[in-house]
Amino acid sequence: MSNTDQYDVASIRNDFPILGEKIHGKPLVYLDNAASSQHPAQVINAVKELYESGYSNIHRGVHQLSQDATKAYENGRSAVRGFINADCMHEVVFTSGTTESINLVAQSYARPRLQKGDEILITHMEHHSNIVPWQIVCEQTGAELKVVPISDRGELEMDRFAELLNERTALVSVTQVSNALGTVNPVAEIIEAAHALGVPVLVDGAQAVPHIPVDVQALDCDFYAFSGHKLYGPTGIGVLYGKEKLLNAMPPYQGGGDMILSVSFDGTTYNTLPYKFEAGTPNIAGVVGLGAAIEYVQKTGLGAIAAHEYGLLEYATSELKQIDGLRIIGEADHKAGLISFVLDQVHPHDIGTMLDAEGVAIRTGHHCAQPVMERYKIPATARASFGMYNTLQEIDVLVEAIHKTIGMFS
Amino acid sequence: MDNLRELYQEVILDHNKNPRNFRAMENPDGFAHGANPLCGDQIDVYLNLKDGVVEDVSFDGHGCAICTSSASMMTIELKGKTEAEALALFESFHHALTDDEPHPNDVPLGKLKVLTGVKEFPVRVKCATLAWHTFDAALKKVQGDISTE
Ligand SMILES: Cc1ncc(COP(=O)(O)O)c(C=O)c1O
Ligand SMILES: [Zn+2]
Repeated sequence: MSNTDQYDVASIRNDFPILGEKIHGKPLVYLDNAASSQHPAQVINAVKELYESGYSNIHRGVHQLSQDATKAYENGRSAVRGFINADCMHEVVFTSGTTESINLVAQSYARPRLQKGDEILITHMEHHSNIVPWQIVCEQTGAELKVVPISDRGELEMDRFAELLNERTALVSVTQVSNALGTVNPVAEIIEAAHALGVPVLVDGAQAVPHIPVDVQALDCDFYAFSGHKLYGPTGIGVLYGKEKLLNAMPPYQGGGDMILSVSFDGTTYNTLPYKFEAGTPNIAGVVGLGAAIEYVQKTGLGAIAAHEYGLLEYATSELKQIDGLRIIGEADHKAGLISFVLDQVHPHDIGTMLDAEGVAIRTGHHCAQPVMERYKIPATARASFGMYNTLQEIDVLVEAIHKTIGMFS
Repeated sequence: MDNLRELYQEVILDHNKNPRNFRAMENPDGFAHGANPLCGDQIDVYLNLKDGVVEDVSFDGHGCAICTSSASMMTIELKGKTEAEALALFESFHHALTDDEPHPNDVPLGKLKVLTGVKEFPVRVKCATLAWHTFDAALKKVQGDISTE
């Protein structure tokens, strides 16, 4: 816990204006970070400053503001490159979010290659955005979707993974951290096994990047997808990292401005990476905000953030386990700061309303992971997810509010 | 907390714990499945009609306290009502949860009134109306069956 002791959570909280808000007269306890995290003043100000003094469309202008905005935009790309340790800038493609990143790979990488009999391998704990794009491309091509099962504790059944991975597998797509269970998956092991058969791997990093230092070169993943809004950045901006060789071999995902070098009615020459995949005027302010968010996270350091959140997870887990009639869904050995739970007597929807009255924001429902709910035969869970600014005291408020809820319903 | 007490009144908590007419029906005249994907409420409503009157109505499945208690209270209120009376009650109940202004044709809600606290919690209105929508669907099926016979 020494890391947690030195961690200056009070000064971090001061950076997040929204954390001073009151909800129903109670101090906000924001434990819905897995859905979307809040924004430090540094991010808000970066976007504000862009709009107040540096904004213009990018790339095409010779005027000063356009050059400034272009620079700010490319600085954002440089921040992302460093953050995930991509080999070069042009392996970083900006998208609207994880969802678009995965759809891009499904349509531009997988679709032209897939044939009847090929297989896409995912897992039972994927977010809908890492299921449906593959179902669509399977429908389009006659390929088949295969699913690695999960254990009662919420861990991937790795022996089943080894069996399901075979010479028909065209791509493996797996989440690094489960948004419904908190499980941290052994993606390095998965990538190594897939590569041994020459199979590329996409890692859904939406829930990983806010909590775990990620190095795409060390992982050797072929694609990596994440969203800005779970990383203290703006909505509507996300990243697709792809290895240069793969991205170069892929056709554009969308056509339009900026993704071409020249257009005539005889034919069009596509732009180079990464612009080939960034058709149209991009989310300039989103990129600037994301760059600021990355800078903010790096200032504290993901190692320190991870240690702090681990302290929160351990404390919350032991406190919640003492509550009669509470069952934690997802008890993997290796978890990120997220706890899904159900109560014997109270439906998750009622838990959500009760906690909201105490100022505690959690998420209830299926968390866009309905197969996980079916796996554990529950209609929904309540989910508390932690961020870099949460405190042990806030977990006490959560626990107290759960006791109140149980009291009301028993 | 006051709002919460309005929402989770004793009667509601009691119906949630001990739902009435909570059973599947063997050969119902009408049956429908209702789901509220947002919170995972899932219920089945079963219905028997005799001479245009609701002779028996029951439900099963799982839902939140608002959904379960609303379904339970609905089954009690509906028994013995004609189809037209049942639909008028559904409409009036729906108005009470969603509209600020009373409608001229609204009928008295009777015991269902305790559920109107839900109005202050807009995200929960669907929980309270799910059983009614499902009943409505079951009834339409019966009517459909009759009209095609
Ligand atoms: C594991 C995981 N993958 C993908 C997504 C989709 O992210 P977005 O909605 O930002 O595209 C989410 C968001 O909840 C997620 O948790
Ligand atoms: Zn509900």
